[in-house]
Amino acid sequence: MSTKTADAQVAIANPALTATKVNPGASLPIGKVLKPLGAFFRGFAIIFIIIGLWEAFPRFGWIDPFLLPRFSDVVTGFFTLLKTGEFFKHFNVSIARISSGFFGGLCLAIPIGIFMGWFKTFEEYVNPLVEACRNSSVLTLYPIFILLFGIGEQAKIAIIMWGTTWVVLLNTIAGVKNVDSVLIKSARSMGVGDLTLLWKVILPAATPSIITGIRLGAANSILILIAAEMIGSNSGLGFMIFYFEARYAIPEMYAGVIFLALMGVTVHEILCRVESYLTSWHEKSIYFGT
Amino acid sequence: MDSLIAPPATPEGAVTKIEFRNIQKVYRVKKENGGGYDDFVVLKDFNLDVYAGEFLTLVGPSGCGKSTLLDLLAGLIPLSGGEIRIDGRIIDGPAMDRGFVMQAYALFPWLNVQANVEFGLTIKKVPKKERRAISGHFLELVGLTAFANRYPHELSGGMKQRVAIARALAFDPEVLLMDEPFAALDAQTRETLQDELLDLWEKTGKTVVFVTHSIDEAVYLADRIAVLASNPGRLIELVNIKLSRPRQGSRGSAEFGWIRHKIWRYLQNDEGGQEPIPELGVPNVAEVIDSRAAL
Ligand SMILES: Nc1ncnc2c1ncn2[C@@H]1O[C@H](COP(=O)(O)OP(=O)(O)OP(=O)(O)O)[C@@H](O)[C@H]1O
Ligand SMILES: [Mg+2]
Repeated sequence: MSTKTADAQVAIANPALTATKVNPGASLPIGKVLKPLGAFFRGFAIIFIIIGLWEAFPRFGWIDPFLLPRFSDVVTGFFTLLKTGEFFKHFNVSIARISSGFFGGLCLAIPIGIFMGWFKTFEEYVNPLVEACRNSSVLTLYPIFILLFGIGEQAKIAIIMWGTTWVVLLNTIAGVKNVDSVLIKSARSMGVGDLTLLWKVILPAATPSIITGIRLGAANSILILIAAEMIGSNSGLGFMIFYFEARYAIPEMYAGVIFLALMGVTVHEILCRVESYLTSWHEKSIYFGT
Repeated sequence: MDSLIAPPATPEGAVTKIEFRNIQKVYRVKKENGGGYDDFVVLKDFNLDVYAGEFLTLVGPSGCGKSTLLDLLAGLIPLSGGEIRIDGRIIDGPAMDRGFVMQAYALFPWLNVQANVEFGLTIKKVPKKERRAISGHFLELVGLTAFANRYPHELSGGMKQRVAIARALAFDPEVLLMDEPFAALDAQTRETLQDELLDLWEKTGKTVVFVTHSIDEAVYLADRIAVLASNPGRLIELVNIKLSRPRQGSRGSAEFGWIRHKIWRYLQNDEGGQEPIPELGVPNVAEVIDSRAAL
């Protein structure tokens, strides 16, 4: 199933290719060289170019090497961090926070969302509140969380949970509420009871929507984690980046930033894969990729 | 000529399978202006017997309550009055003695074809091995063995309806309820599926109650046609179709055209065709009458 999705992605990428084919005068030689490498490498080409420029600018003095150290220095800095174990100290703390907050949020949001989607009148009462909570900027609430939970771990976990919960909740409710009534009718006609209906029809039908919520929630929780660690903390990846900046350990600071970017991309990629695997039956996947 | 279609005399040896007795169905609808509710009578005093093993089609103008009638029979919605019995037992909800096929493609999109066909069996907790055997059998009957592992979105409309029929047959109901199952299909696919359905019906001996908009389809399939009128929905005519089976190629025949015209006239004047229907000069009428034993 996932191969099909990959095909679809290629198909979407293709119009660019065919466009250059139709208009041969406009096609550059570099396009011809890169063509066989496919969309995958074209995406990476731009990253390699940026890395190259990053290396060149400080090296040739076009930019102050103190503000932007050479890329190679950043990589060296990262390996030093790995060797001294300093990186893992912060990494482990962050992972512990984000997993309790994120999974705690899921455990709260998915069951409640199913319940609210099922009992539509209940949902009508609560919906404005949920929308208000979701749309309030999380970080403005952080002082309140610190007030309530203190400066320790609890406030951080709680705010990550907060940032995960609402988007997952809304997507779960939407998924459950919008199950095609024809499918429910068809199952009911076979004498299916409430629990079986929930398990065999509603949940599978709502899965794509729930997974989308989880993906958005995961992205949120990484952002919130880092911000929370930067505001009031003495450990974690967010703190680490600030700490290095304050200590003028600029290559290490950049290493932290890049690592977080890669972590975000990786989580997103994994969840997209899971999403397309679990929802390969979804017609949309043919037309829109992912 | 009138003997091509006959009044609803109980045919010899016919066993009643389904009884509709004084069916009432009323919906509460909001009044158009202002508050309060109106009672909207969808079905009024509807009486009908369906015989075991027969193919009954329901025709009637849009909104006359055909789907409502089928939903009631399926036990999906409550009656406002009267009762429905199957084999003498009052029905009080959905059960697997009835299988339902709808117009919309109601396949579970996250299950492949085989799992869709097995859905009812899973509910019944039939062991896996047996399930496989049954779904294999019905997929073969509808000619989709090669598509067992496909997902619904990978099928054409006709294939989807074949799967839906296989799914409804798989848990071995006694009655098959079909609500315009072929309405969304193109004419050619529709005719193919009609023949396949008749074939399945003959093989399995199920009682079929089939709703359709198409007079042509109703005549082609039916042993009997129940003609409904609307406001409130009620039975105006019950017509025995005495065309011989198999009916492939009969659509162009004069007899077929005559019956189709007759049903059409019933639908035109709700009262049930008091105007005489002109003779159409059909030859060998007697032959046609005799070639089909009643039921
Ligand atoms: N839940 C409901 N609430 C109120 N009125 C309803 C409801 N369901 C159906 N009706 C009304 O009952 C009448 C019969 O509906 P039904 O769907 O049975 O018609 P039908 O004969 O199947 O029509 P069609 O041929 O268009 O499918 C319609 O006038 C419809 O508006
Ligand atoms: Mg209908």
